Amino acid sequence: MSNVIAPDMPDKPEFALYVEGLTVSFNGFVAVNNLSLYVDKGETRVVIGPNGAGKTTVLDLICGRTKATSGSIRFNDIELTTMSEHKIVRAGVGRKFQTPSIYETLTVRENLEVSFPRGRTVFGALTFRLTPDVVERVEEVAEEIFLSAHLDRPAELLSHGQKQWLEIGMLLMQSPELMMLDEPVAGMSVSEREKTAELLNRIGKHRSMIVIEHDMEFARHIADKVTVLHQGQVLAEGSMDHVQNDPRVIEVYLGH
Amino acid sequence: MSRFYKNVLGSREGVIGLAILAVIVFVVFPLVLDVFRLNLVGKYLSYAFVAIGLVMCWGYGGILSLGQGVFFGLGGYCMAMFLKLEASTPEATAIQSTPGIPDFMDWNQITALPLLWEPFKSFAFTLIAIPAIPALLAVLLGVAMFKRRVGEVYFAIVTQAVALILSVLIIGQQGYTGGVNGITDLKTLLGWDIRSDSARLILYFVNGVLLFGCILFGKFLLSSKLGKLLMAMRDKEERVRFSGYDVANFKVFVFAVAAVFSAIGGAMFTLQVGFMSPSFVGIVPSIEMVIFAAVGGRLSLLGAVYGTLIVNFGKSYFSETFPEVWLFLMGGLFIAVVMAFPNGLAGIYKDYVRPRLRLARPVAPKEAV
Repeated sequence: MSNVIAPDMPDKPEFALYVEGLTVSFNGFVAVNNLSLYVDKGETRVVIGPNGAGKTTVLDLICGRTKATSGSIRFNDIELTTMSEHKIVRAGVGRKFQTPSIYETLTVRENLEVSFPRGRTVFGALTFRLTPDVVERVEEVAEEIFLSAHLDRPAELLSHGQKQWLEIGMLLMQSPELMMLDEPVAGMSVSEREKTAELLNRIGKHRSMIVIEHDMEFARHIADKVTVLHQGQVLAEGSMDHVQNDPRVIEVYLGH
Repeated sequence: MSRFYKNVLGSREGVIGLAILAVIVFVVFPLVLDVFRLNLVGKYLSYAFVAIGLVMCWGYGGILSLGQGVFFGLGGYCMAMFLKLEASTPEATAIQSTPGIPDFMDWNQITALPLLWEPFKSFAFTLIAIPAIPALLAVLLGVAMFKRRVGEVYFAIVTQAVALILSVLIIGQQGYTGGVNGITDLKTLLGWDIRSDSARLILYFVNGVLLFGCILFGKFLLSSKLGKLLMAMRDKEERVRFSGYDVANFKVFVFAVAAVFSAIGGAMFTLQVGFMSPSFVGIVPSIEMVIFAAVGGRLSLLGAVYGTLIVNFGKSYFSETFPEVWLFLMGGLFIAVVMAFPNGLAGIYKDYVRPRLRLARPVAPKEAV
């Protein structure tokens, strides 16, 4: 193994995610243009920007759903751009989609069980047993996402907000080191938003997160750092206050 | 044992359902039907293998294959080739210009047994080939299609094309395959006359046991995590992929399982009916087999068996009683079932019969446990 670090090595900044020169074009339309982004270990980064800024595309690129035209994405020193989606997930990157993406025909419990990171091959899935550690983990996660009382309900009967939580829970089952959430509070009530902010703050302690968000108040609650995207490029980066006072940001995004 | 009980047999309802079907197949039919009719039912039940395979790959996996006749045919042809070679001893074919080869080869001026046929002299090879060849084809097709994420509709079209290609190939290569007539005049299996009444009775039961084996295996697969993953994939394929699963592998697997089930059915068809022909391989039979599963209920393994039986009984009843319009009656029946009951007979049971059974239970006096 080459990554054995000598004890006397100087501390270098610990980036969890290291994106450089990332570009993708769809038939000539450049959705993401020479983008660079560095996310620290344990950091919660909120990405904001007007519609069409390329926010979702950036997440798609990191999780392998879209292949980059050029550039590099390194996660814990693994190059992700050439890896297939399921291998990126196994490397520790979790992705939540914008519209809640859960298995409606299964119960909440089954949704979580299926997301448990064991038995991921055909044979593994055939011989997978619900051992006590799985059951325990399911209950632990259900508690965390406020769904303990709903474990045995079919997921299709959950409210919109609960579905969003369930999908977050499905990611938590995998204990990803980097969690990417695309508008996690879209369509939620005020009280649900508050609970979600609390949830994200709690789970953000143990991992890096990238959250796409439109709601400025919500972003302020959870962000360590904010990146503003505009036309596929980084327009501004820094604390929420810094970003909100940046004249270019005000012009393209916050102004109207 | 209790885990087996839970995983394979499922709930009490599941056990009762299996028991009822077992009684019908192993007791009622053999008691009320004469050997000729029983043999006919055995033929229908050999289609049921295809239907339960479709429940697995279409109902649960969301993969609609309109070419299951290919696998049914391959299984059937493997068995037919073995039986034909056994029937074509030099003594039995002494009048041919080349004795010792199947009769249709002789008619087509073929003077030596083709290389393809050689291994089918061995019964052991045949038994392995029946599941292995269809599984191999299913894996090749599946890998080619699913790894490239070919959509559901395109997949269905490609499977149709394969069914067409195989039936055209069989018909065209008369000297090697028996052409449009198929492989006929099959007489004995390892010296045992399969046309006798006692053989037909035994084959009927062997067929039934194999069918139950496939149903139990299917139940085991569907109750495992793999079964839940199949349902999850049908619902939100992307979510499964982004939960760290290689979705294509699961699709290939379930498609191959369905292919193997179909092939077993095909081999049992050949044994019970005594011939195999391309009319069980092409597009029309393949679609008919999908209808069996649709009528029975594409989410129910047992429903698929009932669906197969009912459609086939209906087919012979309508065609005998209304010879002119029976096809329209069948067509009308399918449209009615699919429009009114998208989950088939099993859906009717689930939505209308089971609630009544449930309602009745609390009112009834407590049963002794």
